[in-house]
Amino acid sequence: MRPKTSVGAWVSAVVVLVATAGARPCVGQESRIGNLIGHAPAGKKVYRRYCILCHGPDGDGTGENAMWIDPKPRDFTLAVFKCRSTPSGTLPTDEDLFEAMSRGFVTTNMPAWLPLSHQNRADAVAYIKTFSPKWSTLKPGTPIAIPPEPAATIESILRGRGLFQKMECWKCHGPAGHGDGQSAKTLTDNKENPIPPYNFSTGSRFKCGVTNRDLYRIFMTGLDGTPMPSFADDLKPGEAWDLVHFLRTLQPLETPEAAIWKAWLASHAKDLKPIGPAGSGQ
Amino acid sequence: MRRQYVWIVAAVGLVGSALGARGAPPAMAGAISGKVTYTGTPPKMKPIDMAKEPSCAKQHATPVTTENVVTGPGNALGYVVVYISAGDPGSSAPSEGVRYDQKGCQYIPHVAVMQVSQPLEIYNDDQTSHNIHPLAKVNPEWNKSQPIGAPPIHTTWEKPEFIPVKCNVHPWMHGWFLVLTTSHYAVTGEDGGFSVKGLPPGKYTLTAWQEQFGTQTQDVTISGTETKTVDFVFKARAY
Repeated sequence: MRPKTSVGAWVSAVVVLVATAGARPCVGQESRIGNLIGHAPAGKKVYRRYCILCHGPDGDGTGENAMWIDPKPRDFTLAVFKCRSTPSGTLPTDEDLFEAMSRGFVTTNMPAWLPLSHQNRADAVAYIKTFSPKWSTLKPGTPIAIPPEPAATIESILRGRGLFQKMECWKCHGPAGHGDGQSAKTLTDNKENPIPPYNFSTGSRFKCGVTNRDLYRIFMTGLDGTPMPSFADDLKPGEAWDLVHFLRTLQPLETPEAAIWKAWLASHAKDLKPIGPAGSGQ
Repeated sequence: MRRQYVWIVAAVGLVGSALGARGAPPAMAGAISGKVTYTGTPPKMKPIDMAKEPSCAKQHATPVTTENVVTGPGNALGYVVVYISAGDPGSSAPSEGVRYDQKGCQYIPHVAVMQVSQPLEIYNDDQTSHNIHPLAKVNPEWNKSQPIGAPPIHTTWEKPEFIPVKCNVHPWMHGWFLVLTTSHYAVTGEDGGFSVKGLPPGKYTLTAWQEQFGTQTQDVTISGTETKTVDFVFKARAY
């Protein structure tokens, strides 16, 4: 009697062990990038060669290099991502992760992974999704609708300037968009690490893209895990495009918006009320 | 013999859970009440400088302070959430919402308690923009702007979690969403008093949570309609 029970116990222990091992990352997750299907087991190989030193063996952003890096590598165990096409608080789409990986993150240590094949990147996306149970229990959000961009006009730019004042973007990004607003120095991310607001005078690229559509998406979805909130409940699509047109005038670029703005400013600079606590936008 | 015993236990369990699921109101209900106090020296709360937000600063005659340790006379401890952490079979969330206000650049209440799936309504009563950033880990983390005059944000939390809340624009603003599975909870006022009511006879674990001092638990057995007295004493650390 006794030996039998003991064998039974061993068998069930082994079964339990195997079952738990199966629940750990890797098995099951796939990614879909257009017609491409990424597989987690193949992604694990990519990850362990190219990603592990920063993002760590457990995907929690504590790889060997992490201590030397600022901003810190993404912690995939939280399943919170900056660059999404989906509303704040929802998971990004596979394409969002694929594009973020391909684009890299400007002003950070995350390079553009264009040297990896499309298949490698799709596989890595699938593997990244094994680090959080949220990928099994929740579905990615529905990408926000972005209507076609209306023409950039001085009226649109001025309305956008009014919104920059009204939505109080200047409190973090500063009156001129230099990332020096009154709250700028107090900002921290979801791990309590200091994080500066974007400085529009530094160049042409954002963390989440380069185009006007990317810019629209950034403030309408918010950058989750950072102080940058979503304005989707507060701005109508037309207003969002107005804000895009104004934000482009803050960058040192030869954009159509900047040309319109400079031409108008040459004769109207005196009419503008300053942006900031005492100003009213225009 | 042993097998028979197992079946009987299983049958009793099934009948018991079927009765419970029907949601018959308990014929008898007891309660647990008591007081939460501290020993030692609690940290001094820091005055908040709202000079950069005049519309909020002018709402306060005297400077408000941080609220992570709120004390009252007789070493009473406020904003302690006392709740049944074990022994409650759980109940569906009430349909009425929990209201959370941003007023005078403070969160009111500092600690909001709600059940899983219970509606939460977040209001901006201020003449300034806020962003509401619940730093959830088990639930999805989100971050939404709420400008002057914006409608309330309606939301729910689907998993139990203690979620810190902050406003990035106003770094002193800090609060909590406590999402519980139980409907049996109470939040202490400045007198440290609490009363958890409507408890059917049974064995319970009562937990008291204070954001800086952590949690304490006590086992309590309720029989009949009695009100048991349970007190909690937290050891205050100055830092």
